[in-house]
Order: sequence, then C-alpha cells, then structure tokens
Amino acid sequence: MIISEQWLREWVSPKMSTEELAHQITMAGLEVDAVEPVAGDFSGVIVAQIISAEQHPDADKLRVCEVSTGDGSVQIVCGAPNARAGLKAPLAIVGGVLPGDFKIKKAKLRGVESFGMLCAEQELGLSDANEGLMELPDDAPVGRDLRDYLGLEDKAIEIGLTPNRADCLGVAGIAREVGLLNNLSVCEPVIEPVPASVDDSLPVELLAPERCPRFVGRVIRGVDITRPSPLWLREKLRRVGLRSIDAVVDVTNYVMMELGQPMHAFDLAKLRGGIRVRTAERGEKLELLDGQTVELDSETLVIADHEKAVAMAGVMGGQGTSVSAATTDLFLEVAFFAPTPMAGKARAYGLHTDASHRFERGVDFTLQQRAMERATGLLLEIVGGAAGPLQETVSSAHLPARPDVTLRAARIPKLLGFELDGEEVERILSGLGLGVTATGEGWLCTVPSWRFDIAIEADLLEELARVYGYNRLPATRLSGDLVMPARPEKHQSVSALRRHLAARGYREAITYSFVDPKLQKLFDPGLEPVALSNPISADMAVMRTSLVPGLVSAVLRNTKRQQPRVRLFETGLRFLPGEDCLKQVPTLAMVITGSRFAEGWNVDASAADFFDLKGDLESLVALTRASDDFSFHAARRDALHPGQTAFITRDEETVGYVGALHPSICSELGVQAPLYVAEITLSTLLEAELPVFAELSKFPEVRRDLAIIVDKEVPAEALLRNVRASAGTYLTDLTLFDVYEGKGIDPKRKSLALGLTFRDSSRTLSDEDVNEAVKQVVDSLDKNYKAELRG
Amino acid sequence: MENLDTLAGQAKAAIEAADDGATLEQLRVDYLGKKGQITALLKGLGKLSPEERPAAGAQINVVKQELQQLIGERKSALEAAAVEAQLAAETIDVTLPGRGQSTGGIHPVSRTMERMEAFFAAIGFEVVEGPEVEDDYHNFEALNIPAHHPARAMHDTFYVDEHTVLRTHTSPVQVRVMESQQPPLKIICPGRVYRCDSDLTHTPMFHQVEGLLIDEHTSFADLKGVIEAFLREFFERELAVRFRPSYFPFTEPSAEVDIQCVNCGGDGCRVCSQTGWLEVMGCGMVHPRVFEYSGIDTEKYTGFAFGMGVERLAMLRYGVNDLRLFFDNDLRFLEQF
Ligand SMILES: [Zn+2]
Repeated sequence: MIISEQWLREWVSPKMSTEELAHQITMAGLEVDAVEPVAGDFSGVIVAQIISAEQHPDADKLRVCEVSTGDGSVQIVCGAPNARAGLKAPLAIVGGVLPGDFKIKKAKLRGVESFGMLCAEQELGLSDANEGLMELPDDAPVGRDLRDYLGLEDKAIEIGLTPNRADCLGVAGIAREVGLLNNLSVCEPVIEPVPASVDDSLPVELLAPERCPRFVGRVIRGVDITRPSPLWLREKLRRVGLRSIDAVVDVTNYVMMELGQPMHAFDLAKLRGGIRVRTAERGEKLELLDGQTVELDSETLVIADHEKAVAMAGVMGGQGTSVSAATTDLFLEVAFFAPTPMAGKARAYGLHTDASHRFERGVDFTLQQRAMERATGLLLEIVGGAAGPLQETVSSAHLPARPDVTLRAARIPKLLGFELDGEEVERILSGLGLGVTATGEGWLCTVPSWRFDIAIEADLLEELARVYGYNRLPATRLSGDLVMPARPEKHQSVSALRRHLAARGYREAITYSFVDPKLQKLFDPGLEPVALSNPISADMAVMRTSLVPGLVSAVLRNTKRQQPRVRLFETGLRFLPGEDCLKQVPTLAMVITGSRFAEGWNVDASAADFFDLKGDLESLVALTRASDDFSFHAARRDALHPGQTAFITRDEETVGYVGALHPSICSELGVQAPLYVAEITLSTLLEAELPVFAELSKFPEVRRDLAIIVDKEVPAEALLRNVRASAGTYLTDLTLFDVYEGKGIDPKRKSLALGLTFRDSSRTLSDEDVNEAVKQVVDSLDKNYKAELRG
Repeated sequence: MENLDTLAGQAKAAIEAADDGATLEQLRVDYLGKKGQITALLKGLGKLSPEERPAAGAQINVVKQELQQLIGERKSALEAAAVEAQLAAETIDVTLPGRGQSTGGIHPVSRTMERMEAFFAAIGFEVVEGPEVEDDYHNFEALNIPAHHPARAMHDTFYVDEHTVLRTHTSPVQVRVMESQQPPLKIICPGRVYRCDSDLTHTPMFHQVEGLLIDEHTSFADLKGVIEAFLREFFERELAVRFRPSYFPFTEPSAEVDIQCVNCGGDGCRVCSQTGWLEVMGCGMVHPRVFEYSGIDTEKYTGFAFGMGVERLAMLRYGVNDLRLFFDNDLRFLEQF
C-alpha cells in the first residue's frame, strides 16, 4: 500500500518531518518499507507553451519550436511526436538540471540552435512514459516552476500492511491512525449526497446474501468518457502507484485509495435486465477485463445480469460490459463482499487485484453509500451526465456482527506487565473508533465496522500496547522457581556426536531434505518417496529416503572444485513411507573419499578405504559403551558395492549400513571412486550405557598369540565372537593383529593372528589354566570353522 | 722421590689424554690397581728407613688420591660428552608439521543453533523437536490460521497433499507440546522449516528456533526482557533493541524485533538497507485461541512465544553475505567455522 504524504496531510498533518512520520507509523505497526520522492531530482523546469512548431530543415523527425516561457520565448528543437502549437509542456531551461545531474545547455541540433529541452514524464522521473512530451492542462500557468505547480515536494510512503489491518488500505484509515498517534483530529472531505436528476435504476437481487449482504448501485446517464481526468486526479493516482486509464476507472481507483472501498463501473447499455449477485454456474464462462476467459466454479461469486455473469465479484470486472470511449451511460456498483468466503477465491484463478486484496481482508460494511456519493460527485464533475437515485439493496441479517468486547482492567498488568491509566485506555480505544463505556471492573467496548480484527479482549490489549508504544512498555527479567531438570546420563547429545566426528576430521554438511527423484530412485528403488505437489524445481521434488544422496552430491560439488579429499557428515530426518504412516527418522550419515590423511610429509598417502569409515563408525559406537551390542555383517544394498557393504545391527535390529558406493553408480554420478558411505539411525547412537566399575586385578596377565587358518569366507567378527565365547572367564582382551592370505597358504584359506590376554582377579594364573583355555578356543574353532593352527 | 713426581706427571697427562672409558680404566689399573705403579711404590716403602717412611708414604698417598680424583672427573666428563653426542644425533626439526588426522568442524547453522539453545537451556528451557512433514492442523489450524487465511499466503507452503505440508515454521512443535503437557511450559524448538521460495535472500529450506513459555504470570514485559537479554548475549555487545507491532495469527500482541545494525552500529549501510535496523525475529503473547485449541485455561495462564531464523542470526554474527552458501556445502565455506 503506497500513500502520498501530501494526500495524507490533507486529512491530518502532524508537525513532523517525513522521516519522523514514517518512524511513527512504523512503530505503530504500519511498517514503512520505503519512502521515495514522487519525482526525479530536477530544477529549472517551468510550464511552457509551444507557440509554433516547424519542420527541421535537415532532420525528418525533429521540429523547431517557438516556445513561450511567460516572460518571453525561446527556440527549442524537439523530437517528440506530440510537439504541436498550443501544447503546454514542461521546459527545462538553459541552466536547469534534470535527474541524473543532466545539465541543460544551449545546443545545436543538426545546425539549428536550441535553448533548452521540452520534457517527457520519464525525463522528469515522474513515470515511465516517454512516447511524447508530458501534456499539461490548458489552464497551466506559463512560466511557473513545474515542481511548484505540481506540488512535487511530496513523498510516496510505501507501507507493508499486515493482513489484519485492512482498515488502513485507504488514506482515511491511515489518517485515523496518525490522528490518534498525534492527538489530532482528522479533517475528512465533505461528501454531499448527489440528488437524482433522472429516475433510471436497475433491479438488484442478492441471491447469495451471506456473501454479498449489501449492494449499492446507481445509473448515470449521458457521460462523456473522452474527457480526460484532471491533472490533480492523475497526479494523486500516479503517486500511489496507479496508472491513469480514463476518468471512470480513475475515479473508482481514487475512491478505493481514499476510502478503501473498491468499486466497479459497467456500461449500462451492455447490461440485460438487472443485476443478480449469485454464485456462478459450474462451468460458466467469463471473459475478464485482463482479456483472459475463465471457467468459473460454483464457489465463485459473480455479478450477473439476467443473462450471464458480468464480473467476478470483488475481483475483476468482465470485458463484455466494460466501459469504453463509446459508453454514454454507466451503472456503478459499490458492494460489500464478506471476507471469509472471498478468501482464496482470486488466488484460485491465479488473480490478485487491489479489490480482491481488500475484500479478502475486510472492507468497512457501512461505507458503500458514502463511497457511491463520493464517486458520483467526482464523475459528474469530470465526465458530466445525470445521476439516477442511489439504490441500496441490503440483507441486514447477513451483515457482519460486531459483538461488544469486554476489557478487564486487571488483564492489562497481567498480560502487558504494566499499569495503564484509565483515561489513557479510553483515549486510545475511542481514538480507534470504539465506543467505550466504563464498567465496574473495566470497560465495555463497541467495535467499529471497519475493524475486522477486534473480537476478544486480547485484541483490545494489543491495540493498547500498540498505540501506547511497545518501546514504552517495561522489560523485566524472568524469575521463577529454580527446578533441577532431569538429565538422563544414558542419553548422549547429538552435539557430542558432532564434536566427536569433527575431531576425527569430518565437516558437517547440511543438504536439502528434498532431492532429485532420479537420485532417490538410484539409492532406494524399493521406496516410494513422499513427493511434493508444488516442488521448487524438478530436482528438489521428493523427500529424501536417505541422507546419502545429498552428501554424495555435496562431495561431487567439492571434488569438482579441486577438493579431492572430502569427509562429510550430516544429521537430519529421513522420510520413510510406511504402511500406516510416514516415518520421519533422525539419522546420521557420513561419506569419505580421497586420501586417508590430509597430504603431509610424514603420513601415509594411500586412499582411504572401507575400514577407515568403519573405524570412525566404530568410534561412534564406542561412545555408547555398548559396542558388544553392535554387529556388522556382509550385506547387499542398492547403489553399494556388493562385496564391500555391511549392515549394522544393534541387538539384532538393523540400524544402519556402511559400504563403498557401487563403481557403476560412481561413474553414473561422475564422482571419483572409491567413495564410502555410512548411514545409521541416530537414536541408536544416543542410547548409551552407564559406566560400571570393575575391580582392578593385582595379578599379572598372560598373553598367548595364536595363528589360525580358516576358509576365506569365515567372517572375522563371527570368529572373534566364537573365541570370546569359548575362552572362558579369564580372557580379558582379544585382538586380531594380522590377516594374511597368499604365498604359503591354501589359496582358499586365510591366516588370522590373534592375541589373547588372560587374567584373573583373585590369583596368578598357572600355565595349566591358560593352556586349558587356549585348548578350548582351538577346539571350538576347529569344530565350528575347520580352523587349524598355523605351524 | 723424583721417581714419584715423574710418575705422577706421566699419569696425569695420560688421564687427561684418555678419550674413552676403556682407556681410562686401563690407566686406573696401570697406576692404582693391585699391580699398578703407585701401588708398587707403596709396597716399596718397606725398603725405606723408619724415619723416611711416614713422609714418603704420605707423599705417595697424596699422589694416589690426586690420580683417583682426576680419573673420576675425567670419567664424568667423558660420560657427559657421550650423552651430549647422543642427544645431538637425535635432534629433529621441531618446526615440521605434526602427524595425524586434520580437524573437521561443525556447520555454522548447527553452531549457531547450539549456541542459541544453550542460552535458553541455562534459564530452564527444554529442547523439543518435532516432525518436518506436518499436518495442516498443527502447522496452521491450531495456530489460528484457518484455511484461506491471508496469512497463509505469506507462508509459501510446500504441500504433500491437501492435508499435509512441510512445516513452514517450528511453531507446530509448540502445539504438540501444549497438547501433551500441562503448563508451566518452557520449551525451545530448533529445526528445519520449508518455504516455497528461492532467490538471493530465500532458500526453500532454512532453520528456526522457536521458544515458548507459559505460566501463571507471564507478561509482555517478560518477553521483552528475555529477548533483549538474549540478543545482547548472542551478539556479545550492548545493542539497541526495538519492538515493533506486527501481526501473527498465533500471538497477540505480536511484535517484530529489530536490533541496531551490527554492521554499521545504526548509521545505515548496505546490510541494513540504510535504516540502521535489522529485523531479527517475531514474537508475541500466545493468542487465546491457540490456548483454546490445546485446552489450556486462558484465564489462569498466559504465555509468550518467539521465533527466529538461524541463518539470519548466523549471517549477522559471522558476517556471511550470501544465504545460499549455507546449503552449498563448499568446504572452503565450511572450513571457516
Ligand atoms: Zn547497517
């Protein structure tokens, strides 16, 4: 919503600068987004009149004009097509300065001297119009400074209104606020009823009174649409961002900007029978003023004559009944359309108009007669004609209710935290147009018809705080009971995991939760992802079923930027469609590629492999103190290398996986191989065990190393579990310190070197004790895995 | 006793010249050992007359002790030199870079969010999270935003279907908490939110931290106090804070909070569009209808809620000038945090 400061000041004019005014209304909740001058920065431009215009001897498109400046005349060479004798237009005289610090000097154009420049609107920063000279009215005083004449020392103030403040969608509403804020009375224009001079009228039927409970119509006969809008009207509209169309449109726009009431004018000759305000027939067609033909649904309210829909009510008029230069008789419509049923209707057709914007938010339902009289008066002045009687059709029962609202004085300190003087309460509320009656415990308030946002006590408290000034309200420090919070020690924080991974060289990434459906399909072809019905783009159209595709894409972007070594992790939700409902699973994912260590003079330069990532994952698992509950076993998963993938289980439940990205996926995506990924359900890592103390043994430990040979297929983890299970209670530590395949061993077999540490807490173990334990291990491995000791 | 002097002179020179432990030990044996030359002189004392014997014996003993001491000193010196040499051989260039894994880091959004949570946790707020694919009821309806409310247009909602959206703010988490718990409540809800908007200053996903406090005596003044304190501590400076009336369907009174521009100190610059102020969050007193939806007694309880954009605060805190960098995951960006 843009208003002109001058226009506002016609209504109420506090003694303050534009900046102060803008700040004041901003702090009252009408946020000023911009304050712009209404014209470019220029000087030395006067009202001038072309006395004669002759063809330039050497240039087809130029004319040589004799131009009156009031106290004499000058010769101007001009290229504008509308430069003609008698025209009054702005003239930048020699020494004048146009916007952009363009200094006007005496010049020669194709050999003819020119002493200044006749200007188009665009050249003065007034509008984009540059097809010809700005045409000034015949009564414009020649010689007068143009800024002075047009009153250009004005500012366009753009206000970003919140949707609850429909009452401020007109100068009148903003003036009301400014008056209250400054304790000034508002000077409203006098609007006299226009007496009827012809009897013509149209019958009006309200067939959907709950949606249109009031309709004011009027016939005006014998208008001359060719008469232009006066300069003052065009200027006012220009300054609030509206283009002048013709006098009828301009007047209806003016009334809307002044009072906040949208209205519409029909060509009376094109209406058949009378007016019916009704819902559309399903499939009924209407060609709108913007040229498009829409097929209406039965939820859409239309203004119709006895044959067809002629306007989409409160949104846009129809082309078929629109006013044109040939129009001689008008039918004016000023209606109230209830906001709730209007909501979303224009949008459903891809429309948003000044009218729909206002009706959706709420137009004062008592304003229609006044707006009609205002428009009629202005139209008769500009385009002439004879007005018929003002016809009001109303269904009082369907007008919005305005129940009284009680304000209890005690709620002011309870909610706002301060005491407000009773007189100030009454001044503020009555200044907003409420009727205020003091009661024993507070006030009973009637709500004005223009406020659609005051229905409960809290609404009044807000008004009090807003007008009094939020920044004058106190600020207090919170106080309350100090309650010791629950802090379950078994619960690990995500923050701790983040820091752990950061310490191990990982950078945290945040990727979008929506991914390319093709990428999703690649990683989880078995899952039908949640799709957005209005994605921002085709490659962000489905909710991720895994965090890995996003991380792989992030790796790709980095490797393309010459970052060959990347380690990333991310935490966030996976969206897994389930049979009954969508599961949104907090997840941690990791990805590594490139060298094991950052390049250095003393480090292994080899590429990271599966076990680097697995090791990092195990270090996370170790934070739970429940590593034994976790198990890794070979598995296959889409998009991963079939021989380098493990599922992770905790207590037999699969909680994640780790693996190499499938080489064919790597080449399809264009990422460098190898690349390793892991994904694990976050909750698994957040449930930890408490530390449990075990007595420290005073007795020495005994270590035995075993080299055993088993089939290559035997998983190390199963074998180690077997060792632990069969070694008896003295085994305190077990390590796998070598794996060997190759020369000297059956090609189908591998050798594993195990270090077993034994210790007892109550005595020194004898050789026999340890030998017995080792024997049990060897026997068990032989039995279960056909293991033999390597000699 | 010329013989003794000569012998002592020879021995001293030899000890002085010895450059390893073995030579030194040989000298000790040669002079002071059982068959050593000094020992022999002592043994030869018997040949002297009883009158001469004491004086000669004393002289020899002086020399003996002198040589013993010299050998000891020489030995220590040689040992010290050996240690020196060993250490010298072990010298390394201590300025060479250390070995090991490089340190990673936490995303600036997480860093900022964790920091924000910490301030509120310190005054008793509990962190609560909720779903991101949310139903219309929790995202809008229960927050007093019925279907077709003009405020919905401000949200640029992503829809999954007619009744399901990607949450447009973290406020639905408040609703879920109010449904399941009775006041007093003090919660903070961080997380991802989604708006169907993408340009220089908007990304279709961003993060919010939402706060809610409900108690029997909670007022707008408390809200102002908490927010002012938070902003001062977050930016670690005394900065002007102003509350501007605004409109959110789920709070009333509602306010937008501006801080004095942290870039120019309020003089006006590109960051604050020359206004000197930066809008950082929205807040207000919980709307009675929101309480009614969740069955909370509006007579007994009052509450406030606030919501702030994490990226916005992170940009201001660290001087990041392009929102989109947060989700580009460029290591050159991530490595700065
Ligand atoms: Zn600034």
